[in-house]
Amino acid sequence: MSVQLPAATGLDLERVDGRAKVLGLAPYAYEHPAEHPTYLHAVQSTIARGRITAIDTAAAETMDGVVAVLTHLNAPRLANTEDNELAVLQSDAVGFRGQFVAAVVADSPETAREAAAHVHVQYHREPHHAALRADHEDLYKPETVNAGFDTDTSTGDPDAALASAAVVVDRTYTTPAEHNNPMEPHTTVAQWDGERLLVFDSTQAVHNARKTLAPLFDVEVEQIRVVAPHVGGGFGSKGLPHAHVVLTALAAKVTGGRPVKYALTRQQMFFLAGYRTPTIQRLQLGASPDGRISVLTHDVVEQTSAIKEFAEQTATISRMMYAADHRRTTHRLASLDVPIPSWMRAPGECPGSFGLEVAMDELAEACGIDPIELRVRNEPTIDPETGKPFASRHLLACLREGARRFGWERRNPQPGTRLVDGWRTGIGVAASTYPARRQPANTARIRFTADGFYEVQIGAVDLGTGAWTALTQIAAEALECGPEQVRLQIGDTDLPAATVAGGSTGTASWGSAIIGAAQMFRKEHGGFPAAGDTSEGDGEKNPASKNYALHSFGAQFAEVQVHADTGEIRVSRMLGVYSAGRIINPRTARSQFLGGMTMGIGMALHEQSVMDERFGMIVNHDLAEYHVPANADIRQLEAFWLEEVDEHAGPLGARGIGEIGIVGAAAAVANAAYNATGIRVRDLPLTADKFLA
Amino acid sequence: MKPFDYASSASPPEAVAAVAGNPAAAFLAGGTNLVDHMKLGIAAPEQLVDISQLPLNTIDTTDNGGLRLGATVPNSDLAAHPLVRQRYPVLSQALLSGASGQLRNAATTGGNLLQRTRCVYFQDVTTPCNKRSPGSGCSALEGYTRYHAILGASMDCVAVHPSDMAVAMAALNARVEILGPSGERSVGLHSFHRLPGDQPQRDTVLDHGELITAVVLPPLPEGTRSAYRKVRDRASYAFALVSVAAVVRLEEPTDADDGGDSASPPRIAEVRLALGGVAHKPWRATFAEEALRGQPATEGKFRRAIDAELQHAVPLADNAFKVPMVRNTVVSVLRELCGLEGGLDQGGSQASDGNGEQRGGRTGTPASGGEDRP
Ligand SMILES: Cc1cc2nc3c(=O)[nH]c(=O)nc-3n(C[C@H](O)[C@H](O)[C@H](O)COP(=O)(O)OP(=O)(O)OC[C@H]3O[C@@H](n4cnc5c(N)ncnc54)[C@H](O)[C@@H]3O)c2cc1C
Ligand code: SF4
Repeated sequence: MSVQLPAATGLDLERVDGRAKVLGLAPYAYEHPAEHPTYLHAVQSTIARGRITAIDTAAAETMDGVVAVLTHLNAPRLANTEDNELAVLQSDAVGFRGQFVAAVVADSPETAREAAAHVHVQYHREPHHAALRADHEDLYKPETVNAGFDTDTSTGDPDAALASAAVVVDRTYTTPAEHNNPMEPHTTVAQWDGERLLVFDSTQAVHNARKTLAPLFDVEVEQIRVVAPHVGGGFGSKGLPHAHVVLTALAAKVTGGRPVKYALTRQQMFFLAGYRTPTIQRLQLGASPDGRISVLTHDVVEQTSAIKEFAEQTATISRMMYAADHRRTTHRLASLDVPIPSWMRAPGECPGSFGLEVAMDELAEACGIDPIELRVRNEPTIDPETGKPFASRHLLACLREGARRFGWERRNPQPGTRLVDGWRTGIGVAASTYPARRQPANTARIRFTADGFYEVQIGAVDLGTGAWTALTQIAAEALECGPEQVRLQIGDTDLPAATVAGGSTGTASWGSAIIGAAQMFRKEHGGFPAAGDTSEGDGEKNPASKNYALHSFGAQFAEVQVHADTGEIRVSRMLGVYSAGRIINPRTARSQFLGGMTMGIGMALHEQSVMDERFGMIVNHDLAEYHVPANADIRQLEAFWLEEVDEHAGPLGARGIGEIGIVGAAAAVANAAYNATGIRVRDLPLTADKFLA
Repeated sequence: MKPFDYASSASPPEAVAAVAGNPAAAFLAGGTNLVDHMKLGIAAPEQLVDISQLPLNTIDTTDNGGLRLGATVPNSDLAAHPLVRQRYPVLSQALLSGASGQLRNAATTGGNLLQRTRCVYFQDVTTPCNKRSPGSGCSALEGYTRYHAILGASMDCVAVHPSDMAVAMAALNARVEILGPSGERSVGLHSFHRLPGDQPQRDTVLDHGELITAVVLPPLPEGTRSAYRKVRDRASYAFALVSVAAVVRLEEPTDADDGGDSASPPRIAEVRLALGGVAHKPWRATFAEEALRGQPATEGKFRRAIDAELQHAVPLADNAFKVPMVRNTVVSVLRELCGLEGGLDQGGSQASDGNGEQRGGRTGTPASGGEDRP
C-alpha cells in the first residue's frame, strides 16, 4: 500500500471546534433545543439482589408537574430483553444496587427529582456477593475476553520452566475498581414522532447506538436518528449505550410526543455507566541470572456482573510484550451482584501493564541489572503471540530516547538514597503498548458545494479528542485542498455509517474511509468539480493485519517524591516517548498523550472505587470522595513521539493514540516510588499510608 | 429538592427571629454545604434566611490586640487579610489548604465552622446513619473508615469534623460569638463542637435559631510562631487525612538547663496543638501540650509528647495509619516551628535530644531496600 504524504496532516492546526466550545456555542446532548421538554429522574434499587414486591407511586403521581411515573408494572414493553443491562423496567428482578426500578417524568428536573424521592419500593431481599476475592468460590472461565481474545493461552511447560529457573519473581498485584468519570455526564434527549425516534445522546458511536436501540423498540435502524456533534469525554463509558439511553427512549413513549431529557447525576454514574473491574494479578517471571526470561505467567482474577458478562482482557499484554519460551495467561471471573463493568481507557493493557511492568522492575532488581537493559534483553524478534513479524516495533528506541531526555543515567539503583528537602526522591520506568486496529465498516461521502467547499460527511464522533480537527486535515490532504475549504460533518446517523470512537481506532478507521472517498471523488469528478458532485468511499480491513502484528509502543518515565514524615506522594516529573505511526496533528496528539499520562497518574495515586460489601455499593460515589488528579498533582509532564510513518498501518500511516498514554503509567510511578523509598507497593493506588515509616 | 421559601434579612436580630420562630428554617451563608445537602436530601429546610448580606463581613482589631472575624467574611478574604497572615499564619494556611479557590470565595467563617461531616454514609440517604437519622445505626462503624475518627468517637458515630479553619482556630484559643433569641453569648471554640456521644445528630452546642456573629482571636504574645500542616490524598482539593495546627513560643534555655552550655536547645514556654481529621471536633492535644510545656525543644520530647496523646487513640479497620501519620506530622511541624528542621538532612544530630531518640531511616542514608508493604 502506498503512503501519501501531502501537506495538511502533521500541521499544528488549532482545533476547528475550539472557538465554538470556548464561546459555549458547541451544543452537547442535553443542550439541544427541545420543544416543550419533559425531564426524567430515575429511582434506583436500594438492594443488591432480589425482587421488587411493591411500588407505591401515589405520592409522586399526584405532585404538580409530574407527567408520568414508570415502573416495571406499567412501562411499555421492549421487543427484546436479552441484554439484562438494557432491559430496563421490564421485570421485578434486581441484579445490583443502584439499578433502575422506576422513573419519573415531569415538567421540570427539580420536580422529577423530588417526585422520584417519593416513590417507595419494597423488596424481597436475597443474599448478595459484591466483593472480589482471589479465593472466590465460583470463579469461572469466560468463553472469550473483551475484544474477542482467547481467555487462556499456554505455550511450552511453564511450571517446569519455573521450577528450573535461576531467578524467579512470583508476586501478586492488585488494581481497584475505577470509574471513567468523563467531565460531561451521560445524557440523553429522546423524542418519538410516531414510529420515528430522535435521540441526542452523549455517545462515542451514533451508528452503534441506533443499532443497539432498534431491536429493543422493534423498529428499523433507519427509523432512529442519533445525533452527537460534541461529547465531553467518555473514556469508553459512552462506547455502548447504557441503561439510561433505553430508559429515556422508553419514557418518551408515554409523553405524547414531548421530548424527554435525562442527565445522570454524578452519583448515578458510579452505578450505571460502566467502570473498570478490580483485578488480582499473579505474575511469575523465571529468568537466567543475566535476566533472560524463559517463562512468563500472568493469571488474572477479576469480576463481572452476574446479570451481564464483561471480561477484561487484562493478561493479553503479557502475550506479546516480551520473549519467553514458556508462557501462560489466564482470566477467571467472579460473577457478582454488582454494576456491569465495561470499557475504560485501554481495557486490558492498562491494568495488565501494572502487574507486568512492576514485575519487570522486580526482576531487574533481582538480577541486578538496569530495568531498561532488562527490556533490551527480552525484546522478541517476532510477535510471540501470533508468530508474525511486528509491522513496527520501536520499543527500544522509545526507551532509549526517553532515557536520554529524562536523565535516566542519574538513577541510583539502590532504593531510598535520595532525600531532598524532606522528600525521598526516585525515578522509574515502564514500557507501554497498545494494539493498532482498524475498523472496516466505515463510509465517507464528499460533496462539492455551490459556494466552493468540500462537504465531508461521516458518522464519526469527536468525544473531545480532536476528531473534528484531525479529520478535517485528513480530508484536506486527500483532496489536496486547504483545511479551510473542508466542511466536515460528523456525529449524526444521517451521515454515512462509522464505527466507535474507541479502541484507539477512530482516526485511522474513519480517515481511511475519507481518503477512499477523496480518491473516488477525484476519479469521478477530477480537479475542477461542479456544484453537487458527490462521491463515496469505504474504509477497508487492513490487509497488512494478515501478515503482521500491529501494535504501538511507548516508554513511560516518572520521578516521584515521597515525604519522609507523612508518606505523601507526588509525581514531580513524567515523560513519555511513543511510537504510534504518523501523527496527524501534534497539538491534539500531545493533548491525547498528556491526557493518558494524567489519567495514569490518577490511577497510580488516587483512583479507587470503594465497594462496601454489605450494601453492594461503591460508597465514595462523587468527585469529592473519588479522587482524580487536581492541577497541583500534575507538575511537569512531557510527551514525545518518534517521527515515523507506519507503512503497514494503511493509507494514513497512523495507528492510534487515545489509549497508549495511560498504559504503563501507573507502573512507572510505582517503580519510581520504590526507587525513592525502598517500599514496593503492589496494590494501587499508592497512597500516603503505604509509605509511612 | 423540596420547594422552599427564601428571604434575606436586614439585621442579625431579624435573621435570628426568622429562624428561631420556625423549626423548619435555616440560615443560608455561602451555601456551599447547605445547598449540596438540600440536593442530596440530607437537609430539607422549608425556609432559607439568607445572612450573606448582613453587616457581619468585616475583620476588626479588638481592644486587647486580637482580631474579630465577622461571620460572613469569605474564607478567601480571611486567608488573605494582612493581619491574619502576619499574626496568625496558622489560620491563613489552614484556610488556604481547604476546598478550592471558587469554594473559598463563597464559603464564610460561620458556615465553615458549621459544615457537616463528609462521612460517605452521612451523605447517602439510602444508608443508615445516626447523625442524619438518629437511631438508624452507624454504617461507618463496620464500613469504610479511611476518613474517620481515632479519638473521642462513640459506638453511635465515628465521623470527623472536616474543617481545616476550625482546627487552626482551636489552637488559637478562639471564641465564637453568638446571637440568640434571648441575647448574646460567647463560647470557646474548643467547646463549640461536640463529641458524638449518644447524640451524634448534634455537631455543636449551638441551638436552633442561634446565629454566629463573629469569631474572636485573642492576641498572641510577641515571638509566638504558628503553622498548619495538612496531609491528604492528593496535592490539593481534598479533605485532611490528618492535620496539625501548632502554636509555639520558645525561650532561651536558663543556665540551670544547660550548665552554661550555649548549644542547649531552647525551652518551650508555650505550646498549643490541635489535630484535624481525627475526631468529631478539632482535637486539642492537651496531653501532648502538657508534656511539652517547659521542656527543651527536641525531637525526642516531641515524640514522647504526642505519644502521650495517641495512647488514647482507638483506630478503626481502615485508619490505623492515622496514628503514625499524626505522630510524624506533629513531630515534623514542631521541628519546623522550633527551627530543628535541618536535622532531616544532616544525620539527625541536631534533632537528637541526646537520649538516643533518633529515628531510623530518616538520616539520608539508604533505608534497607526491598521492604514489602501491602
Ligand atoms: C468539594 C468540596 C471540598 C471541600 N474541601 C474542604 C476542605 O478541604 N477543608 C475544609 O475545611 N472545607 C472544605 N469544604 C467545605 C467548605 O469549607 C464549606 O462548605 C464551607 O466552609 C461552608 O461555608 P458556607 O458559608 O458555604 O456555609 P453554608 O453552606 O451556607 O452553611 C453551612 C451551615 O451553616 C449554617 N450557617 C452558616 N452561617 C451561619 C451563621 N453565621 N450562624 C449560624 N449558622 C450558620 C447554615 O445554616 C448551614 O447549616 C469543601 C467543600 C466542598 C463542596
Ligand atoms: S460515622 Fe456518624 S456520620 Fe458516619 S454513618 Fe456513622 S453515624 Fe453517620
